[in-house]
Amino acid sequence: MPAKTKFEIKLGPATREAFGRALVELGHENKDVVVCDADLSHSTMTTYFAKEFPERFISLGIAEANMCAVGAGLALAGKIPFVSSFSAFAMNKGFEQLRCCVAYPHVNLKVVGTHSGISIGEDGPSQMSIEEIGLACSLAGFVVIAPADEASTKALVKAAAAYVGPVFTRTGRPKAAIVYGADQKFEIGKAIQVADGSDVTIIANGLLVAQSLLAADTLEGEGISARVIDMHTAKPIDRDAIARAAADTKAIVVAEEHLVDGGLGVRVAQVVAETTPCPMEFVGIQNTYAESGQPDELLEKYGLMARDVAAAVRKVVARKS
Amino acid sequence: MPKSIDELQAIARRIRREIIIMIGAAKSGHPGGSLSAVEILVELYFNHMHIDPKNPTLLDRDRFILSKGHAAPVLYAVMAEAGYDQTPLDKLNTLRKLGSVYQGHPDMRYIPALEASTGSLGEGISLALGMGIAARLDGRKSRTYVMTGDGEIQEGQIWEAAMAGAFHKLDNVVAIVDNNRIQLDGFVKDIMAVDPLADKFRSFGWHTIELDGHDPLAVRAAFDEAQATKGKPTCLVAHTIKGKGVSFMENNPKFHGTAPTADEVKLALQELQ
Repeated sequence: MPAKTKFEIKLGPATREAFGRALVELGHENKDVVVCDADLSHSTMTTYFAKEFPERFISLGIAEANMCAVGAGLALAGKIPFVSSFSAFAMNKGFEQLRCCVAYPHVNLKVVGTHSGISIGEDGPSQMSIEEIGLACSLAGFVVIAPADEASTKALVKAAAAYVGPVFTRTGRPKAAIVYGADQKFEIGKAIQVADGSDVTIIANGLLVAQSLLAADTLEGEGISARVIDMHTAKPIDRDAIARAAADTKAIVVAEEHLVDGGLGVRVAQVVAETTPCPMEFVGIQNTYAESGQPDELLEKYGLMARDVAAAVRKVVARKS
Repeated sequence: MPKSIDELQAIARRIRREIIIMIGAAKSGHPGGSLSAVEILVELYFNHMHIDPKNPTLLDRDRFILSKGHAAPVLYAVMAEAGYDQTPLDKLNTLRKLGSVYQGHPDMRYIPALEASTGSLGEGISLALGMGIAARLDGRKSRTYVMTGDGEIQEGQIWEAAMAGAFHKLDNVVAIVDNNRIQLDGFVKDIMAVDPLADKFRSFGWHTIELDGHDPLAVRAAFDEAQATKGKPTCLVAHTIKGKGVSFMENNPKFHGTAPTADEVKLALQELQ
C-alpha cells in the first residue's frame, strides 16, 4: 500500500470571509435573499452584500434580539433572510427569539455566527463563543453547521439558503487551512471522510479538521492508522458515518473548538452509545473561559492543536480491548 | 363594503360570549386581556384589514400578530367568526385541550392562517417590522398590525423594535398597545410603571394616537389615520378596560389569568345578553 500524502497546512480565507462572498453570489441568484446585521458588517463580512445590494441589506443596530425576530418576520413574509453577528451575540442574545420566533414555528431563517471559538484571539472571552453548537442543537428542528474551510463554507451556506427551515452556521475569524479541493461536493447532514484509517476515527469540525489531519500523519509514523471525518453538520448528525466508524475502528476521538459540554462530542457519543459502543476521548475546551492572546497561542494553551488530538488518540487506542 | 358600527357591535357581543364560554370550558386561560381587545380586533378583521378568510395565503393581505399571545381566545373567536376554515366556531370549546387547534397561545403549526406563533412577550413588533420590510421590498401594499399589552412593553426588545421601526420608516406597520393597566401580578403602575406611553413611542419616532379602545368609531378613525400616515410607523395607545363587558371582571387583576367558574360563566353570560 503506497504511503499517504502528508497533509500540509496551507492557509486560505477565513470561513467568515467565505460566508460573505457566498452571500453575494446568493444575492445575485435569488432576489429574495436579504441580510440583517447588528453593527458588525465589516467583521461578519456581510459588508460585501451591503455594497452590492444596499436595498436588501437591513441595518438593525446593536440589538440582536430584535434582529433575530425581524429576521423571522421577513421569513414569514416569504424572504430568505440571513441574520449575522458574532456567534456569541447572535446565539446568546438572540436565543429566546430563535427559540420562540424561529425554532418553534419552524421558520426559514438562516443565522450565521462569525468569530466563533477562542481563535478570535485578542478580544477575549466576552467575544468568544464556545457554547453555541450546544445551544443551537437544543433548538428543535434547527440544522447546525460548522464548516472547516473556504470551500465547505461557501457550499454549505448556499445549501443552507436552498434548504427550507432554520439553520445556524458557525464561522470563524482567522484564516482557515484549506482542506478541500475544488471538486468536493458538500451535503447538509452528510459527513466527509477526509482520510481513511483502521485503528481509530477522529471526528472533527471547524479548525480541528485540519489539526486532525496533521495528527493523523504523526500517528501514521507511530503505526496508528487514523480515519478522519469532517462532521460539518452537527445536526442532523450523520449517524451512519459514526456507526460505521465505531464498527470499523472501535475507537473514536472527537475534536472541536467548543466546550466539551454540549458540543459535537456529546452528540457523537450519543450515536456511538446507541449503535456500537466503543472507547471515546474528547478534545475541546474544558469547563473554562479562555483569555486574550494570539489565536495560535490560545489554541495551544487550551489544547486544540494536532498534538492534543494525537495525545487523545493514543489514549483511546490504549483503551481498546 | 364597510361593516356598520351596529353590525360590529353585535359581532363584539358574540365574541365576548365565546371568550367566556371557551375559557370557562378550558378551566384556565386569560379572560381579562381577551375582553379588553375585542373592539380593536373586530374592526381589524371585519372592516379595516385587507384579508380574505377563504384565502388566508392571499399575497397582498394585511397581517395581524397578537404579540400578547395569552389573549389567544379573542383572536380565535374573531377568526372563527370571520370564517377561516382552520378556526371552526364549533370547536372553540376545545381551547387548551390536547390536540385542539386552539392551543393555549397562538401556534401556527395548528393554525397556519396565523401570521406568527406568539406567547413569549415582547417579540411581536419585531416580527411585524420584518413583515413590513418584506412588503416594502416586494412592492406589496400589505400592512402589518401588531397588538401588545401594556405590561408587555416592559420587555426591552419592544424598545429595540421601536427604534428600528422608526429608523426604517415603516409606515406599513401599526402597533396597538392594549392599555388595560393590569398585568398578572397587579396594576401596571405598581409592578413597573410604563406611562407616559404615547410620549415614549413619540420620542422614539412613531406617530402616536391615543384613543378609547372600546369606542368603535374612535377605533376606526385611528386605523384610518394610521393608514394615512406616511414616513413613520404608527402606535395606537388604546385605553381599554381589562375584563370589559363583565362587571366582576372589569379592572380586576384576578381575571388576568384565571378562568371563570361555572357560576361565574353563567353570570357573565347574563351580562353579555
